Amino acid sequence: MNELSKNQLHYLNMHRRHKRIVAVSRVSILLAFLFLWEFAANTGLVDSFIFSSPSRIALCFLEMTGDGSIFRHIGITLYETLVSFILVIFFSLFVTVLLWLFRKLSEILEPYLVVLNSLPKSALAPLLIVWLGANRTTIIIAGMSVAIFGSILNLYSEFSEVDPDKIMLIYTLHGNRLHALTKVVIPSCIPAIISTMKVNIGLCLVGVIIGEFIGGREGLGYMIIYGSQVFKLDWLLMSICILCVIAMLLYALIGLVEKWYLGRCKISG
Amino acid sequence: MQYALELKNVHYAYHTLEGETYALKDITFSVREGEFIALVGPSGCGKSTLLHLIAGLLTPEKGLIKINGSYHPDNTSCIGYMLQKDELLEWRTIYQNILLGLEIQHALTTRSRALARALLTQYGLNAFANARPSELSGGMRQRAALIRTLVLKPDIMLLDEPFSALDYQTRLNVSDDIGQIIKKEKKTAILVTHDLAEAVSLADRILVLTSRPATIGQTVNVSFSDPGLSPLARRNAPEFKTYFNLIWKELNPDE
Repeated sequence: MNELSKNQLHYLNMHRRHKRIVAVSRVSILLAFLFLWEFAANTGLVDSFIFSSPSRIALCFLEMTGDGSIFRHIGITLYETLVSFILVIFFSLFVTVLLWLFRKLSEILEPYLVVLNSLPKSALAPLLIVWLGANRTTIIIAGMSVAIFGSILNLYSEFSEVDPDKIMLIYTLHGNRLHALTKVVIPSCIPAIISTMKVNIGLCLVGVIIGEFIGGREGLGYMIIYGSQVFKLDWLLMSICILCVIAMLLYALIGLVEKWYLGRCKISG
Repeated sequence: MQYALELKNVHYAYHTLEGETYALKDITFSVREGEFIALVGPSGCGKSTLLHLIAGLLTPEKGLIKINGSYHPDNTSCIGYMLQKDELLEWRTIYQNILLGLEIQHALTTRSRALARALLTQYGLNAFANARPSELSGGMRQRAALIRTLVLKPDIMLLDEPFSALDYQTRLNVSDDIGQIIKKEKKTAILVTHDLAEAVSLADRILVLTSRPATIGQTVNVSFSDPGLSPLARRNAPEFKTYFNLIWKELNPDE
């Protein structure tokens, strides 16, 4: 090991200190919030019937883990979200490739995509229920409907921004447009595809919850709606907390995919 | 005699909603096998368009292009094209980059891989075969781009200002380097450049294009008393200045 200079040591210390302050502050905000909430509910500052409290949520969670029902609800919501996410990625890549290969098609369809993308997708959910019935397929489609149009538009604009000189290279090597797609456009868009995935996984969760609000018999969205209707606020707030954790974990999952991809790039080099 | 490349009365115009821009007008010239031609001319005169036409990336509006005696565009596969920038793909290693053209043409065989390896070794890039393009210097990258073209065994090399993106010193070295490689591989080459010194140091013949719409103004045969001079050595030969001034005057007739 080389002896580190005094200034370098100082820099490293400052860096560590900075990291520590950030981490400690993050945790203390959460703890302070939970404590204040619990305190306010216990002393009657807020009505614990409406606002529930961390301890009541924890008890409710323990109760539901006892009979395993909470895992069923979480599992269903996760399943629906992941299925709609995978379908969104598959279909949006497929459509984007078609749009890129046939530029006329993309120009023809552009206004429709823009309208469908700006439409509030929650408006579609009741329609989907009537058309397709209140079942799991409908909820998965509701999840897809929120993400897919934005995903296509986003990917298509990334595809179109690929360096034209790189595409020219493929032609000078006597390749065609399909070669340009597979050798240049898709490989150079992988980071963009991953960041689209990051956005989509959250959007799919939103769509699935909307679907469950309207057509679900189980799942976290159903628990939220049911909890609000029968004033079981512990259920409602617990579901929201679980959704927070799920959203974080799903995002982290894509983060892992990204890390794996970046790592693979370096190692195979 | 059969020429490697013949252009007869080639015309080309660009079309936009604003109107028609004539780029090339009545271009006629022939290139012998193994000859090194330089095309010089004012910027934006259509030099690159001419290369695109020869490579079959564009089709002439009028006129004919013959390659090895047969008509375009049936046989553009014997043409190698070197672009202004190296355009190496960062997600591929140097070796994988060099195989790109072979992959596209479904010509990846044990033999073609061996040729790629041999070229890498011969031109000093073997140690970098598994490196990413970003780990190489500008000159090495351009050499890798040349190998990517050479591995397809082209008869005619089209060089579209391939040194212009490099800094001056690298540029002298790389053009010397690549000029000698092309001579050694006995390729017919057409270089487009706006750098007169580069043209004189590399070419056997220089075609001076006029401004848009480009026609061929003058043809200058370049011959040095010592024919074996490298491009860098040519720059110090006494004839160098004469040719340089000759072409300079051709391009700037008012001075």
